[in-house]
Amino acid sequence: MASNSKTLRSPLQVARGLGSAKHGTEHWWSQRLTAIALVPLTVWFVFGVIGHLGADHAAFVAWMKSPFSAVMMVLTAVVTFHHAQSGLQVVIEDYVHVEWQKMALIIGVKFLSFALAAACVLAVVKIFIGA
Amino acid sequence: MANGSGRPLSPHLQVYKLPLSAVMSITHRITGVGLAVGTLLLVWWLVAAAAGPEAFARAQGFIGSFFGLLLMFGWSAALYYHLCNGIRHLVWDAGKSFELTDADRNNKIILGATAVLTVLTWIVGLAVW
Repeated sequence: MASNSKTLRSPLQVARGLGSAKHGTEHWWSQRLTAIALVPLTVWFVFGVIGHLGADHAAFVAWMKSPFSAVMMVLTAVVTFHHAQSGLQVVIEDYVHVEWQKMALIIGVKFLSFALAAACVLAVVKIFIGA
Repeated sequence: MANGSGRPLSPHLQVYKLPLSAVMSITHRITGVGLAVGTLLLVWWLVAAAAGPEAFARAQGFIGSFFGLLLMFGWSAALYYHLCNGIRHLVWDAGKSFELTDADRNNKIILGATAVLTVLTWIVGLAVW
């Protein structure tokens, strides 16, 4: 707080607490955490896609039957969708100012993101444990 | 300032020529939204593979078509841009590289790395296809 402020609260008191939304820096932090995780995951994913561009079904299944590949694919999908919904939320909050439209879009994006992430996980698990 | 209030004005986006840093900032957001849309292809790919050989062949056929390759090229460029510029954001979050000279240099590094990585990926990708 600047020294010309009319408040009697000390700078420390102003900085304390989790802000009006009561979430503090949680959203910001999870966006960064997923961003850091996506650096190695993305590199793995690009190499994986390059290696299976023209692959037939058997080759793809063999790839996803490897525990390492299956875990990496699940992580890539889950972290990607988490990062995407958290970024899209900020974009919506910045540009949509009619409250019900903003809420509807954010809820829609979050539901869709987690549904798609679940579909990816189920697909990988099905291939991994499949005959 | 021109509005007489003494408060700073936002640039008028239709007449103000955005500096490269500003263009790259909004590009980060645009590529992010584009990549989010692109995840739909990832879902299709994985779900098709889980569904069986016919569905997977259909998905691979689309990816290998002209339109599919065009989308993949756009997404690969967007991915590398968002990745490189995202690392710049993490450096900013660490409190570093805020000087204009740093920003100008990093603009060039990010654009160069995006171009090189995209072209390299497609050379390798088309070679092993």
